[in-house]
Amino acid sequence: MTDELCALLAEDLETAFPTLVRTHQDAVFATALRCSGGWHDAEDLAQETFVRAHRSLLGWEAQRIRELRPRAWLCTIVVNLARNRARDAGRRPRVVAFDDARAHAADPPRGPEAWAERSEQRGQLSAALATLPAAHREAIVLRHVAGLGYAEIAQALGAPVGTVKAQVHRGLRTLAEVLRAQGLTLEEVS
Amino acid sequence: MGPVNVRDLRVAAPPTLSFSVLERVGIFDTYTATELEPVGVVYVASNPRGVSHVDVAPDPDTFEADFWRHFGRPVRRGKVPAAALRALEAGRTTGFDVDLRGVGDFHREALTAARHIPRGEVRSYSWVAREIHRERAVRAVGSAMAQNPIPLLIPCHRVVRNDGRIGEYGLGGPDVKRRLLRHEGLEPAELERLAARGVRLLGSDTTRISCLPSCHHARRTAPRHLVEFASTDAARAAGYRACKHCRPFE
Repeated sequence: MTDELCALLAEDLETAFPTLVRTHQDAVFATALRCSGGWHDAEDLAQETFVRAHRSLLGWEAQRIRELRPRAWLCTIVVNLARNRARDAGRRPRVVAFDDARAHAADPPRGPEAWAERSEQRGQLSAALATLPAAHREAIVLRHVAGLGYAEIAQALGAPVGTVKAQVHRGLRTLAEVLRAQGLTLEEVS
Repeated sequence: MGPVNVRDLRVAAPPTLSFSVLERVGIFDTYTATELEPVGVVYVASNPRGVSHVDVAPDPDTFEADFWRHFGRPVRRGKVPAAALRALEAGRTTGFDVDLRGVGDFHREALTAARHIPRGEVRSYSWVAREIHRERAVRAVGSAMAQNPIPLLIPCHRVVRNDGRIGEYGLGGPDVKRRLLRHEGLEPAELERLAARGVRLLGSDTTRISCLPSCHHARRTAPRHLVEFASTDAARAAGYRACKHCRPFE
């Protein structure tokens, strides 16, 4: 099955690329935000992801572009970039919870309110996510933030599908426990 | 407190993201502003494919923001082809490329037909429709002209209503359209007076050729040889053929 957008990318990259960015920027940015140190790092990661994607597409055969699953591909780039940066920094991924209130003060959102993280609860949720082991966090983010299928996640993370499912499951269980200790209930998701 | 959902971790990208990405990968147009009689300050944008946009705006920021909203890619101050600027100044509409990506096939055809209307002459919406073999799509031609991304260089100001009235104009309204035509040496009020009297075609009784009133062949016919027709049928019935320059009928 060829993604319609990929057909356009294969045909005329310069014309279709802006649509690729617009279509997948939320998934890419959210994944970047949840795998990195904060809003600023996330913007940087997301930008770098699309810039690298563009460079790759420039060099690829049309057929390869047509067969692409763009969201999974882009999210794979984000995760790898985030990992590399963490590794280059010479320490464990320094994922700090994104502090909503502070971010607002530093960088007041001007666009649609949707992109602002507002509620305190959401702040607690992202803080709890940051305490998870990287593998669990990445699996959860790709599944429930980026919305990828398990096969896509398995490919992105280079792990068997069964392992990825287990990571999502265990990660969510841990997340629920951390939140419960703070008096919050984590909703079941499919 | 209500339950939280892991999907609450989704966030929308900041609006600056796509702009920065496209600038970094070199997908942006460049523009310049130029003072143009009788419109005022005109902004002209282009990219390697050709001229992409012509517009008026109160200031550069507004032009840039409108461009981003309309085309979904950034525009920065920079070079545009000199040939296009010279053409703009001279009222010429060829000698440079245009980028009509994002314009549908029908609109593109209509705009391409309009592009060949000579300076100082006008054609009607139905004339354009006929030129592109879509006689019945007159209203659609109207919206193609209204949404022309490259006014002036694609001279939609030279397309007027079928009844000879001046019609609307996106780049500042009918008054600007009138001034533009006058600047090109055409008096719109004269055309409107002719139309109001029911005159649709002008012929020359020496050549037996009939023209649209603004055709330069009709305009250089001596008044004593000028014949007026209320319709193409009337011209045809009188044995007049259509001018090959302005093509008033098949």
